[in-house]
Amino acid sequence: MKDRAELVIIGGGVSGLGTAYQLAKRGFTDIVVIERDYFGSGATGRCGGGIRQQFSEEYNIILARESVRMFEKMSDELGQDIGFRQGGYLILAHTEKEAEDLRRNVRLQNSLDVPSMYMEPEEALEIVPELNIEGLSAAAYCPTDGVAQPFLVIKGYVDNLRKMGVELMDHTEVLDIKVENGEIRKVITDKGDIETRMVLNAAGAWSRNIAKMVGVELPNKPYRHEIMATEHMKPWLKPMVISFHNGVYFSQSHDGEIVGGIGDPNEPSSYNIKSSLEFLERFTSVVVRYIPIMRKVKVMRQWAGLYDVTPDARPILGPVDELPGFIQAHGYSGHGFMIHPMVTKLLAEYIIDGKTSIDIEPLNLRRYTSGETIQEKNVVG
Amino acid sequence: MAENGEKIVCRCMDVTVDDIMKAIEDGYTDIESIKRVTGLGRGPCQGKTCIPIAIGIIARATKKHPDEVGYITPRPPVKPVFFELLADEEGESE
Repeated sequence: MKDRAELVIIGGGVSGLGTAYQLAKRGFTDIVVIERDYFGSGATGRCGGGIRQQFSEEYNIILARESVRMFEKMSDELGQDIGFRQGGYLILAHTEKEAEDLRRNVRLQNSLDVPSMYMEPEEALEIVPELNIEGLSAAAYCPTDGVAQPFLVIKGYVDNLRKMGVELMDHTEVLDIKVENGEIRKVITDKGDIETRMVLNAAGAWSRNIAKMVGVELPNKPYRHEIMATEHMKPWLKPMVISFHNGVYFSQSHDGEIVGGIGDPNEPSSYNIKSSLEFLERFTSVVVRYIPIMRKVKVMRQWAGLYDVTPDARPILGPVDELPGFIQAHGYSGHGFMIHPMVTKLLAEYIIDGKTSIDIEPLNLRRYTSGETIQEKNVVG
Repeated sequence: MAENGEKIVCRCMDVTVDDIMKAIEDGYTDIESIKRVTGLGRGPCQGKTCIPIAIGIIARATKKHPDEVGYITPRPPVKPVFFELLADEEGESE
């Protein structure tokens, strides 16, 4: 293994590997990526693979829109089929208030070139004929939203990075980071030390523990989110169906499983990732209410992962003021996979050029002390 | 004797010996990664048949002890279960 590198990336999910890939593509390859378990073992490999542009907040909409453009080319670029399928996202509203939110969000999204549309419940039947629209007040649909297979994206990055000469260390744990005179000097792992002046903290729900090693407090909190997959079926469900009313989401992956989950507002912050029967009961109850024919579908497996949640449900990106070589790439709050292509491209721009094509200053950690935060409301799962 | 490209290890997902050897050549040597790279063990039986066979193949090819190859985290339910058996259709589903 290398004993020095220009950059050490902590975390082998799409945030860390994606940034490594965007850097290597531009010739910056003196990087070591460290992953405690196997690549994609954290939130990336556990997520539903949804890719949505229908956010309530301008910045997230732009990051997601640019990311969709990158996902469209990703299979060709990586030489790896990532299972990208643009069946759209269908958002279901129950109340007049939720319908009004959809109307407002669609207007904002359209002003930013995202082709979402507001519709009456009856119109949603054209997209999902199996839908039971009883009790629904409205829907919104964006045809260019979609899903991809997170682990195939990870494989695409890993295979390319190995060929590009970036050192990837899985099953390796970071034990400490040494700082001297306000500069990072060394990352200490259970496989040896790496001298470096720059660290990218991309450890997802564990980022706050990495930050503590250099005396930086992060406001992030981990929350368990459960998810399940059904048996494989012929393609029949075109979009990802979601509702902010109950936090449910489900879609059919390119290999035929329906993958979905539901949030639990009573879930306490913890590192628990055990599966529960209660989750299956709540999830199936909501799904059969929306799609009655799902009664005859079988749950094949269930698992859980962690959302790395920030106070405003937006990521924390870029350097921290007191330690400029310590760069943040976490806090995605449940939508990291879908915005990671553009986010990692911007982080690579910051690391190489010192500036970015879209300003990432609004997502700097300092917003929590300066009080300049805008809340993202559209979070599911 | 069938070629390795025709020897099925995972009967649910049609994963062959060659598929596993290719994953090992690509640098994946633990069972959790190989499961995800090849699709092994992701069908209706959830790896009950193929995972132990695959561990043997990986251990021989990488000259590791089977314990070092690891084992997948078994996921509930033990057998696939109909949504209608789990869903509460009488109570509040909102």
